Amino acid sequence: ALSVTVQPRCKIIRFILIQNRAGKTRLAKWYMQFDDDEKQKLIEEVHAVVTVRDAKHTNFVEFRNFKIIYRRYAGLYFCICVDVTDNNLAYLEAIHNFVEVLNEYFHNVCELDLVFNFYKVYTVVDEMFLAGEIRETSQTKVLKQLLMLQSLE
Amino acid sequence: MPAVSKGDGMRGLAVFISDIRNCKSKEAEIKRINKELANIRSKFKGDKALDGYSKKKYVCKLLFIFLLGHDIDFGHMEAVNLLSSNKYTEKQIGYLFISVLVNSNSELIRLINNAIKNDLSSRNPTFMCLALHCIANVGSREMAEAFAGEIPRILVAGDTMDSVKQSAALCLLRLYKTSPDLVLMGEWTSRVVHLLNDQHMGVVTAAISLITCLSQKNPDEFKTCVSLAVSRLSRIVSSASTDLQDYTYYFVPAPWLSCKLLRLLQCYPPPEDGAVKGRLVECLETILNKAQEPPKSKKVQHSNAKNAILFEAISLIIHYDSEPNLLVRACNQLGQFLQHRETNLRYLALESMCTLASSEFSHEAVKTHIETVINALKTERDVSVRQRAADLLYAMCDRSNAKQIVAEMLSYLETADYSIREEMVLKVAILAEKYAVDYSWYVDTILNLIRIAGDYVSEEVWYRVIQIVINRDDVQGYAAKTVFEALQAPACHENMVKVGGYILGEFGNLIAGDPRSSPLVQFNLLHSKFHLCSVPTRALLLSAYIKFINLFPETKSTIQEVLRSDSQIRNSDVELQQRAVEYLKLSSIASTDVLATVLEEMPPFPERESSILAKLKKKKGPGAVSVNELEEGKREGGELNGGGERGGDSSAIASTPSPSADLLGLRTGPPVTAAAPSTGSLLVDVFSEAGVNDDGFLSTQVSKIYNTVLVVFGYFNKKILHIVPLNDLSERELVTINEQTPQGVFVMAPFLKMFRALTCTILLGLGMALLENVDPNPENFVCAGVIQTKAQQVGSLLRLEPNAQAQMYRLTVRSSKDTVSKRLCELLAEQF
Repeated sequence: ALSVTVQPRCKIIRFILIQNRAGKTRLAKWYMQFDDDEKQKLIEEVHAVVTVRDAKHTNFVEFRNFKIIYRRYAGLYFCICVDVTDNNLAYLEAIHNFVEVLNEYFHNVCELDLVFNFYKVYTVVDEMFLAGEIRETSQTKVLKQLLMLQSLE
Repeated sequence: MPAVSKGDGMRGLAVFISDIRNCKSKEAEIKRINKELANIRSKFKGDKALDGYSKKKYVCKLLFIFLLGHDIDFGHMEAVNLLSSNKYTEKQIGYLFISVLVNSNSELIRLINNAIKNDLSSRNPTFMCLALHCIANVGSREMAEAFAGEIPRILVAGDTMDSVKQSAALCLLRLYKTSPDLVLMGEWTSRVVHLLNDQHMGVVTAAISLITCLSQKNPDEFKTCVSLAVSRLSRIVSSASTDLQDYTYYFVPAPWLSCKLLRLLQCYPPPEDGAVKGRLVECLETILNKAQEPPKSKKVQHSNAKNAILFEAISLIIHYDSEPNLLVRACNQLGQFLQHRETNLRYLALESMCTLASSEFSHEAVKTHIETVINALKTERDVSVRQRAADLLYAMCDRSNAKQIVAEMLSYLETADYSIREEMVLKVAILAEKYAVDYSWYVDTILNLIRIAGDYVSEEVWYRVIQIVINRDDVQGYAAKTVFEALQAPACHENMVKVGGYILGEFGNLIAGDPRSSPLVQFNLLHSKFHLCSVPTRALLLSAYIKFINLFPETKSTIQEVLRSDSQIRNSDVELQQRAVEYLKLSSIASTDVLATVLEEMPPFPERESSILAKLKKKKGPGAVSVNELEEGKREGGELNGGGERGGDSSAIASTPSPSADLLGLRTGPPVTAAAPSTGSLLVDVFSEAGVNDDGFLSTQVSKIYNTVLVVFGYFNKKILHIVPLNDLSERELVTINEQTPQGVFVMAPFLKMFRALTCTILLGLGMALLENVDPNPENFVCAGVIQTKAQQVGSLLRLEPNAQAQMYRLTVRSSKDTVSKRLCELLAEQF
């Protein structure tokens, strides 16, 4: 049998970042322990790495000993940092799924929505991702839940 | 300012955020923030209790300020208070604050855990989820202690809402990862596995992550998940697009769940049950078939989702490595992707095919794509795609295409990104060695590597080429000739000088007949590079020079002239100076026989595991080099010398970053390092496995014993010392050479002295010289001598360690021929 085993590696989303082109962080969700300095460094590095890429590049970047799956939507970079053995396309579409939900929830979402409603963005994230894993993928179900929560006092 | 929803207005927050955004400078921002902090502080300290709404608003502001990058040192108490509100919006902010600003204050932790406990038992699914999410986000040990018992119960309880189950599953996963000892699955195992059958796909999606993690740690306990996973996958894959409504994404049914199921199956070997296996194979075939069907949508989301499943399925097929049909089909599918217009797919196809290349079933199929891959190497614009192409060429390399692939990789190296050069060099070196039928090709390849990417040719690589040249008579002449020519280049890399210096020093005689490469020409060529080189290289060159004196006596005066010059014998570097001085002396006082013995051609190296493979593995991390490859490397390495023993300590050595590093697991390499000889190094080191002086140049010890003066001298090659008895040499002269002071004399106990005297007589009777003050243990005897046989001289070292108390002794003999060692031991054992 082929012996490239991947099992012992920790397969978990390390973090999810939404950054604008200037490097401002609009969302940072961490699924592993990093201290504040490390987080800052990671944020800067990710920004440096993704902003130099263009259409001729893939949507995957090797990053330290992980990889980043990212996509740019208008002025925002959505980045998910996963294990090198994770499924690139699955996470690429997980990003898109998430963006479509944000779009629906905020009615044509723009960067400002994420700024002024930052505390709600965390709720959306927690509906779809938890503990470094994908939690829910049905847009219908997520939106239904979000609208219900919206109505609560 | 975008409209905020009616539920939780928080107009004050929106105004504050606007203010911050309108600040024209960093100072203005800080000023505004400080103003707000002061405001909030006073509100929190104020006499009248704040209502929930206000508290929520201020805590939220604090959170915002923190996320901007400013430290917050208050507000935790208020956030914790919000947890006990019965309003969702207030709880949510409270939980968010404490998840983001985790605090280790034990009092707060207690309060937080209390609030969580209340919410968990509240039977309100919204509150339960908030609590579960908090635990999942924080995952502290205290939370694990408090809740690890409760959460499995919630997870499997019949009346738990679906959304709560989803959160509970992942919450439990987090706790299991951070505090595995506190999460005891035991009684819950079967019910957790059963979640795979849940009718709510979201629950399955969440549960499967938990199950995957648990089954990696406890495969046997969770193995019932395999058949359930196969059924589930089968149902999804064969479902019509109208089923699974909520979970169909761009016409692809449950893509993420499918991927997770396929991933779970990779934790186990192929199912033993025939029916299950059949179903699974059918599933995989369906997935492969679907890839060939015309797409249901032109959107990239559709094809990405579909291909996500396809790639995961291929990973599973590769993992099983048991269905030739599937493997070949996978390879063909990937082959199509190699030419896809989307870079993502070309990248993934190259990556995936790399693993396929190592399977015996698909190796040949992979090879058929060699031209496409070579083309990718040359034309892809994303360097990471080019790298995958290089990796794939490496993986598909075998005897039939090695020359072509190595040539392509060399040409790629000429323009490759600096970040990948070292790895490429290692790979080319490995391939060249592994598939060399004609070793002159191998030598050419390595020299090309040095020429093209000299800076990235690590020690392991050029040590290896030297080792191979030394071990293979048939390529020595070619190597000497080629390296001589390579050195002619006006600007050649220092590594080339090292290799050239060493090879010419050993085999320069093979090309000395040709006037164009006569001894003096060779010497001048080397010496012309001397001043351009670093200290270690110069040290190597000096050794080459003394070897020249031995090989070509006509060069003696020229070379001695060089050695004698101030820049050598007064060189500020200790190593260079010592070598110059000692080589000069050696060349003056040693007879031609002695010189020839000392500077005898390097004997073949014993077989060791190639450290190049080990280095590549270290570079790329585990899993990058398959075990197959490593094992093959070991087997192939055996071809070098017709088999031999494996290096014992090679792994230990690979981890020690010694500068003269790891010549294939040997503890010493060709004498190239500039490490100063340690003044404490003892002859006795030769006996011990540990503590070997890595430096090629052993420091000398002088002992005046009876009527024989011995100078122990030579290169520390394979732990064998060339011993040169020198007669008629005064002690003083010897001292000049090594400038070492003999150790002090010890006083021994009387009875031991007698014992010693007796033993001494026996040892001396052998004709060996007894060396005093060499072994740190005064009770031991250390001897050295040269056994003269008809055919040759055999140097021998001996150590006798008596243990008077135990009435036992240990006798160690070491010589350059192991038969001699054995015989000596036998003879001596009779005596004692």
